[in-house]
Amino acid sequence: MAALRSFRAGAGRFLHPQSCCRVWRSLSVSAVLQQGRAQAEKPKSEGVFQVTLLPGDGVGPELMHSVKEVFKAAAVPVEFEEHHLSEVQNTASEEKLDEFLDSMKKSKVALIGKIHTPMEYKGELASYDMRLRRKLDLFANVVHVSSLPGYKTRHNNLDLVIIREQTEGEYSSLEHESAKGVIECLKIITRDKSQRIAKFAFDYATKKGRSKVTAVHKANIMKLGDGLFLRCCKEVAELYPKIQFDTMIIDNCCMQLVQNPYQFDVLVMPNLYGNIIDNLAAGLVGGAGVVPGESYSAEYAVFEMGARHPFAQAVGRNIANPTAMLLSSANMLRHLNLEYHSTLISEAVRKVIKVGKVRTRDMGGYSTTSDFVKSVIDHLHPHYGV
Amino acid sequence: MALSLALKTSRPLWKPAPSAARSLQALTDVSRRSVTSQQTIPPPAKYGGRHTVTMIPGDGIGPELTLHVKEIFRHACVPVDFEEVFVSSEASDKDLQNAIMAIRRNRVALKGNLETNHNLPPSHKSRNNILRTTLDLFANVIHCKSLPGVATRHRDIDILMVRENTEGEYSSLEHESVSGVVESLKIITRTKSLRIAEYAFQLAKEAGRKKVTAVHKANIMKLGDGLFLQCCKEVAAGYPGISFDSMIVDNTTMQLVSRPQQFDVMVMPNLYGNIVNNVCAGLVGGPGLVPGANYGRDYAVFETATRNTGKSIATKNIANPTAMLLASCMMLDHLKLHSYASVIRKAVLASLDDSKTHTPDIGGQGTTSEAVQSILKQIRESAFNLAQ
Repeated sequence: MAALRSFRAGAGRFLHPQSCCRVWRSLSVSAVLQQGRAQAEKPKSEGVFQVTLLPGDGVGPELMHSVKEVFKAAAVPVEFEEHHLSEVQNTASEEKLDEFLDSMKKSKVALIGKIHTPMEYKGELASYDMRLRRKLDLFANVVHVSSLPGYKTRHNNLDLVIIREQTEGEYSSLEHESAKGVIECLKIITRDKSQRIAKFAFDYATKKGRSKVTAVHKANIMKLGDGLFLRCCKEVAELYPKIQFDTMIIDNCCMQLVQNPYQFDVLVMPNLYGNIIDNLAAGLVGGAGVVPGESYSAEYAVFEMGARHPFAQAVGRNIANPTAMLLSSANMLRHLNLEYHSTLISEAVRKVIKVGKVRTRDMGGYSTTSDFVKSVIDHLHPHYGV
Repeated sequence: MALSLALKTSRPLWKPAPSAARSLQALTDVSRRSVTSQQTIPPPAKYGGRHTVTMIPGDGIGPELTLHVKEIFRHACVPVDFEEVFVSSEASDKDLQNAIMAIRRNRVALKGNLETNHNLPPSHKSRNNILRTTLDLFANVIHCKSLPGVATRHRDIDILMVRENTEGEYSSLEHESVSGVVESLKIITRTKSLRIAEYAFQLAKEAGRKKVTAVHKANIMKLGDGLFLQCCKEVAAGYPGISFDSMIVDNTTMQLVSRPQQFDVMVMPNLYGNIVNNVCAGLVGGPGLVPGANYGRDYAVFETATRNTGKSIATKNIANPTAMLLASCMMLDHLKLHSYASVIRKAVLASLDDSKTHTPDIGGQGTTSEAVQSILKQIRESAFNLAQ
């Protein structure tokens, strides 16, 4: 490991653009560039990718272990830098958070479990989970809800994407007691952030070849706050003439989701609604164990579970479902340009579920986490073991 | 002048409502006003470190070259996704509007050239020109530099050329005032001349260049080109470290073919820029080698310097991929992905050292795919060398 580090440092020096092609560099001067140059990014072609790992609470560490096993079996060129941060185990501190952030600055990509937030108030309104998101400015949360072939639920062949703003709204941690017995919680909606998330949703739809974006809101009650969000979405929609734009009120949206979820394609919404819809939609296709999620800022990408639950009652019992985390890690590999490995792993997971012999308890089977992981590994290379 | 001023003021606010708008009424008013604005400048499409870039393959050799760019980006693990927009030369303007919209969304584009049909009625403008003017891509920058592996008549050429891209002879203002008499208007404005001169000097300063030469024809067009020259002089006064020189366009072309080494940075109005760019590209080896960039305040479009479609050699697998690949490197530099840009650029230049993979336009027998394979090999080797 130490040897690898030193080579990496050497490689960085060698490839630093200042040292080579100086003349050609001069071409890059442009109106935008004159506003200041960021430091050069590390090239990824050197072979090994570094990824920050934060296992979190509950079954997080077990799931991360599964991911590592599968990565090892698939010979994925990824090296994890592990950090621990937990509020319930009292290992959370500013220093730990800073360490994690420093690691993120280098790797830009992380795989994280849920950091559990205790309900009781200890003088700090913002949880570490929230603070982490805010520090990295992870504004967009994407949950792609799709039915897994072979696993029957009430609704099959579902395929919808939920995009949630997750840095403002109800999660601003601004609460106070204005008069005795009266608490005010502030929900913040800003034009900048609403436009940013709307643009993200439409860019995502364009990139993935989707045809419709639905903005979910409650502008009939919160006429100014949600009204602003809605207006921003409409404004951004004008830039995307090929994508259909629609709006829906949150309560109706919930009902439609359980009645006829096939009408939706991409949904975009403010923070709290997104939280609720994420969980609701995850429930439609099989629960928290099977839906992967991801969060983005301009610079960073964090891969996680779609519905964030620590699942603490399952700790140490070897019954957690690693499907979501494995699919999430496959999405991470795709983000890192490791197309081949990504497809290898996600196909293996899908195959195991389709065959249906190995299923964890939440999916109605009796298999353990390690059985599932073993089966996935067997399906990585279909020609041996069969 | 009025036009560009109008452009500036109509620029909408991609910003929160001003803090002075305290009352709720004011808040809603401000918001509503900007909803109606047509031109919005959204934040760039960059999420989790990955960029989305608009790709317009264009006509002729464009589609094959952009395919090679994608192939090479995939091998070099470049964090860029392309949104492909097809603009066919026959179809209506809708295609083009879509393409412009796509560049507005992503802010950056890589583009092959679109064919302009000369036989259509005069109302049919060049689509390339519409695209440039609509996005206000005022500065066309090309860098002509002799490549060691390519045999040419002149050696050690290293010229940066900055061309005004939105007015001058390309204003598309022509009319028949009297039967048999056609007037074509060439527009030179003070605002745009100052803007391009400022850009050229700024570029010269950042690139560490010594001299800027303004190319003009102010001896004949005393007012129009005179204004351009005057603006260049004014800007030059603000850059004492860079010497300023002016040269008449006919003399410039002669000097270029006889002693091109005397030039450093050149700045010129639209049509002269077009001609001088092509002369210069020819000096260093032809249209297949030189990349070009078009910069505006908000957007940037990258293409080959000489902007030809290469229809005669399309689908024959003999087009030189160098220019388009170097243009994609300029794009990566613009996106601040400098390390990826330098890996690809080094591979492209190194593969030119091997004359076996030279395409016919620079006197070789190789094919496009051979050249691309050789570049891919260079990229793999550079990755391998690093791993040692």
